[in-house]
Amino acid sequence: MEAISKPQVQAALDRFLNQEVYLHLETTNGAYSAFNDDNMLSVGAYIRNGKIKYSIGKITGAGPYRVGLKIDLGWVYAEGLTDWEIDDKGRLLLAGHHADGKIAAALELSHEPF
Amino acid sequence: MEKHVLIAFPHPDDEAFGVAGTIIQQTQAGVPVTYACGTLGEMGRNMGQPFFATRESLPEIRKKELQDACRVMGIQDLRMMGLRDKTVEFENEDEIADKIFAIIEEIQPSLVITFYPGFSVHPDHDAFGAAVINAVMRLPDAERPRIHCKAFSKDCEKVLGKPDIVTDVSEVFRRKLDTIRAHKSQTEANFKKWDEQLVSEDPELINWLAKETFWTYQGKKD
Repeated sequence: MEAISKPQVQAALDRFLNQEVYLHLETTNGAYSAFNDDNMLSVGAYIRNGKIKYSIGKITGAGPYRVGLKIDLGWVYAEGLTDWEIDDKGRLLLAGHHADGKIAAALELSHEPF
Repeated sequence: MEKHVLIAFPHPDDEAFGVAGTIIQQTQAGVPVTYACGTLGEMGRNMGQPFFATRESLPEIRKKELQDACRVMGIQDLRMMGLRDKTVEFENEDEIADKIFAIIEEIQPSLVITFYPGFSVHPDHDAFGAAVINAVMRLPDAERPRIHCKAFSKDCEKVLGKPDIVTDVSEVFRRKLDTIRAHKSQTEANFKKWDEQLVSEDPELINWLAKETFWTYQGKKD
């Protein structure tokens, strides 16, 4: 992956527009965060192979970035995105990494199921 | 001497920090060891430091790391069970236990090593450990292998007492480090901290790595 280039990610989001696509969306602070710090709450959520179709898809912010996808009855949203790539299967991978390299958020789109 | 040892954990690298030395001692003594690993740690947060894995490439990378780690430990029988990281507790426990039971029937281990359900912090650890216990308990008393459990929740010693098995693995310390190192995407960050401490032989780190502790399964604790 490399640091997000906003125009390139925008162009990639445009390529998935107005068609059925598969979504992977996640965020987590880790299963051990409450174990390591009593004041913390371990939180996380992910969806794998959500099938969506979006009519607006935008990347915003000055880095770290946010992405919003407007779907028929609602929205898909991710914050804290720092890096991106198009992988060898043509999937758009966006991730938010902490300075230590740990992943904190991911939003990915694919034409085929993950 | 054990007849056959079954290691059963949900994530590649669950064996690395607290069990690898014990495994190496067993394989060195010529004991066959089977490792049943539930998932490929697909949802791990560590991506290497600096990161080299993506959410999508991580499973293949961790699979290879697991195979490398098994080579270092001398494990020749690795079973990857195809569950998905973070979802073990939502699966049907009996179905996971069925798969573990089939392995137990096949290899007839004299010792099973897994997580102590309820005392192992990560939901996958507790759920997988419970499925393993579920499987072992299907055997009649006399045929049951011993179960040695890892536990590290904050209340584990309060409820379970001190671990009854404390194994000194300093003889195989280097190979244990190589096992941990084999899980590169997950442990590179540890070694960034450890490299200096290992050179200066930091007693706290050395002691933590050289001493592996287990609780013999004592039954349900709730």
